[in-house]
Amino acid sequence: MGWIKTTFHKTGSPRWFFTGSRPWVIGLYVFGALLIVIGSTWGLGFVPAERLQGNSVRILFIHAPAAHLAEAIYVAIAIAGFVFLVWRMKMADMLIQAAAPIGFVVTVVALATGIIWGIPTWGTGWVWDARTVSTLLLAFLFFGLVALRQAIERPDRASRAVALLALVGVVNIPIIKYSVEWFTTLHQPPSIEIGKKPAIAAVFLWPLAVNVLGFYCFVAGVVIAALRARIVEREAGAKWLRDWTVKS
Amino acid sequence: MRLFITQFRRDLVLAVRSRSDAANPLVFFVLATVLLGLGTGSELVPGVIWVLALFANVLAVEGVFRRDHEDGTLEQLLIHAQPLFPAVVGKLAAHWALSGLPVAVLSPVAAIMLTGTTTGIGVLVLTLCIGTPALTLLGAIGSALTVATGRGGLLVAILVLPFYVPVLIFGAGASTAAMLGDPVAFQLLALSALLAACLTAAPFAVGKALAISQEY
Repeated sequence: MGWIKTTFHKTGSPRWFFTGSRPWVIGLYVFGALLIVIGSTWGLGFVPAERLQGNSVRILFIHAPAAHLAEAIYVAIAIAGFVFLVWRMKMADMLIQAAAPIGFVVTVVALATGIIWGIPTWGTGWVWDARTVSTLLLAFLFFGLVALRQAIERPDRASRAVALLALVGVVNIPIIKYSVEWFTTLHQPPSIEIGKKPAIAAVFLWPLAVNVLGFYCFVAGVVIAALRARIVEREAGAKWLRDWTVKS
Repeated sequence: MRLFITQFRRDLVLAVRSRSDAANPLVFFVLATVLLGLGTGSELVPGVIWVLALFANVLAVEGVFRRDHEDGTLEQLLIHAQPLFPAVVGKLAAHWALSGLPVAVLSPVAAIMLTGTTTGIGVLVLTLCIGTPALTLLGAIGSALTVATGRGGLLVAILVLPFYVPVLIFGAGASTAAMLGDPVAFQLLALSALLAACLTAAPFAVGKALAISQEY
């Protein structure tokens, strides 16, 4: 069990993380971009048009990974919030700070592609069902995390307030989701039925899987890069950082 | 329990003595109702009333800790109130008694003004009585997080409105169903469950947020 403790303490150290993470950023960027190019070319160029949705199905190769990733980022932020409130690890706080705006952008991408896909497929750009509403509210939650941090002047106070808000938010996401689900099952608009996926066919599944993996890797790279920027900002006066800058 | 009663009475007396502060959310609710009555038709009424009650709530709850923060009472509360839970609940109960409750009491008038009928009004009042305390409890978290910044306002609205959504869905859902003569038991139960969850969990989050804002 010793290695768990060591890893825990090492990841908690901005210095260890900063000096070791540059190859990871580059690696994740290259690998993620490669996968996205492969998956998107495959999905846009080589997959047959879907029987009911026609060519608009291709938007889903961007939409589904983005929507999935948005939720994953929020869960990561909430875990970081818990870690920060309990153990006061600076890195957890910096992760929240770095990931929140990125999560916002990814959520907006998911919403925008969803609307573009919905207009030809559902016949309407917006439906008040569980997934659309909870994704929209997710965007507001990300926005709130950024806004709250900006509003509180003292950084240490802001960090703890944001961490608490992230935790409160993660309790609410399932409640919001289920409440909307129950609500819409009572008044299901018929237009949704057209878009309802029959179990997804393998031709669509493979490029989708490649793109999901690509999105995860690429955005992980972006988050780590943003995290490195936060470390530089906060440790600006530290000796190890000066030494590192001089050396490289 | 004694802590609850003391805190409840103190906040009630303070609010009653500065009347315009306490009346603001109520006046806003009436004013917005009139505007909507002039601007829209009648089918959406229960939902509209619920949304207005929600806005009135967020406007009111935004300042619930402000004066206590400014004159230092909040610090004293955090130092002496052990446990903090009943004091927070007492404070919010007093706040609700002068913001959510009057809105619920006045809502039949608004409903009759807007629809001209009395169908489903009992359910509307009931949903507001169950739902608005849940809103106050949730909103207090946002208010507590921002109390030390001196600029709550819109920020509190942005932080807490997403959390208000489930309450709105079941509250407005039940009221609309009642007006159309449909069964409402499920929504009422779900709304009560939300209130129970908020009442047991939110005061802890509020206490923690207050502690962060006052550095304890």
